[in-house]
Amino acid sequence: MSLALRSFSTVKDANAALQAAGTRYLGGGTLVVRAANEGDVSVSSLVRVTDPGLSRIAVSGGDVRLGASVTMAAILRHPELTALAPAARAVGGPAIRNMATVGGNLFAPAPYGDFAVALLALDATVITEDSEMPIETFLAGRDTSRAIVTAVGFSLPKAESFRFLKVSRVKPKGVSVLSIAALLERTVDGTVTAARIALGCMADRPMRATAAEKALLGCKLTRQEIAPALAAAGEGIAPITDPIASAWYRAEVLPVHLGRLLLS
Amino acid sequence: MAKVPVQFTLNGSEKAEFIESGTTLLNALRDKIGDTSPKGGCHQGTCGACSVIIDGELKLSCLTLAETCGGADIKTTAGLAEGGVLHPLQRAFLDAFATQCGFCTPGMIMAAKVLLDRTPNPSREEVVEALSGNICRCTGYEPIIQAVLTAARASSQNAA
Ligand SMILES: Cc1cc2nc3c(=O)[nH]c(=O)nc-3n(C[C@H](O)[C@H](O)[C@H](O)COP(=O)(O)OP(=O)(O)OC[C@H]3O[C@@H](n4cnc5c(N)ncnc54)[C@H](O)[C@@H]3O)c2cc1C
Ligand code: FES
Ligand code: FES
Repeated sequence: MSLALRSFSTVKDANAALQAAGTRYLGGGTLVVRAANEGDVSVSSLVRVTDPGLSRIAVSGGDVRLGASVTMAAILRHPELTALAPAARAVGGPAIRNMATVGGNLFAPAPYGDFAVALLALDATVITEDSEMPIETFLAGRDTSRAIVTAVGFSLPKAESFRFLKVSRVKPKGVSVLSIAALLERTVDGTVTAARIALGCMADRPMRATAAEKALLGCKLTRQEIAPALAAAGEGIAPITDPIASAWYRAEVLPVHLGRLLLS
Repeated sequence: MAKVPVQFTLNGSEKAEFIESGTTLLNALRDKIGDTSPKGGCHQGTCGACSVIIDGELKLSCLTLAETCGGADIKTTAGLAEGGVLHPLQRAFLDAFATQCGFCTPGMIMAAKVLLDRTPNPSREEVVEALSGNICRCTGYEPIIQAVLTAARASSQNAA
């Protein structure tokens, strides 16, 4: 295995270098260096950006901007990002969280990408040097994307409107059987007026449960009223099969865990 | 492959080496610098045996490229004992039989050290959480958890 690493002080120069064949961006390296250690020879060259701006967290007036190099540990330490803590804490063990970046999580294939599931529910904007796009558009095109993600932006959810759940077999750290994030707006009497639900491990990348979202509108979060949403949760899913769980198992338990999340 | 210079502080002393670009910190430490305390268990980020402390944070040296550590302050288990006197964590691991084959021990001790540096009197849950990225195939974990709790008590008694 031989890898060459090139460091650039600006995103612009790194983006230019990234266009060469066999070149990939180095975030925290937890996936890309692991692949190289495992003998993946499709990557011969890595590019990184040393600009400290990529590690910046900005929270102002309810708007959050996380630089792509912000780590899960940095999110956990940030006093204004407690609503995101359950999703950041879901990523690996302590050492992984000190390395794993927001940018890398956006590219992580299932069963990884727990934080990206949260970002999808939050309708984040993915920012590159010369574009900004909704996270759904980004996720759909990420396999062919050659541009460095510089940051993600989203509105800070109120703690009570944002819920996240990860199911794993090994506690407290373990790979996802599935993860679910839900952003719910409710009236004072508890009726759901808007819902965004994102699922992890239900496809090769985070996806929305749009049928369940629709079925939740106008409902109160009671066992009876959420039943149609749970029945619709599996619409359009194609769960992964891996050593943790089969696609069949993941599909079977999805409504159970979505129910628990909604009733929690 | 072109060699690149790297320079960092390892357990308080300056190190400078020429390494092949793309070398992991684990390989640089073990094969170039001669600190074999971090172990290569999996090279995949899953076992934690290679854990080291970089600028105060627990990191996996198998997934860290040495070149990204320029100017960093790196600590490994090899640097813990002072003048032949074992660190309280090392002492507690020996006393509690928290080390059998010993392969996981340096990583466990690094993970425990960052915990105790920030949380001198951790709860059992905090110890379990702090060690959750480290695998041990011998001890069944309980002696390790007890050793960390014992070391915490010993350190806080010394400080008092
Ligand atoms: C032991 C272990 C346990 C793990 N557990 C979890 C888990 O529980 N949940 C989870 O979600 N993930 C988990 N992961 C996967 C991974 O650590 C995370 O998904 C992490 O967020 C990836 O980020 P990174 O910075 O390390 O990515 P890297 O490895 O640096 O990069 C991953 C990919 O994304 C690309 N990339 C990275 N940053 C950018 C950017 N800014 N712009 C463009 N491309 C970019 C890289 O080129 C590469 O292709 C685990 C990994 C390991 C090794
Ligand atoms: S060798 Fe680094 S985690 Fe196993
Ligand atoms: S003592 Fe053998 S792996 Fe832990």
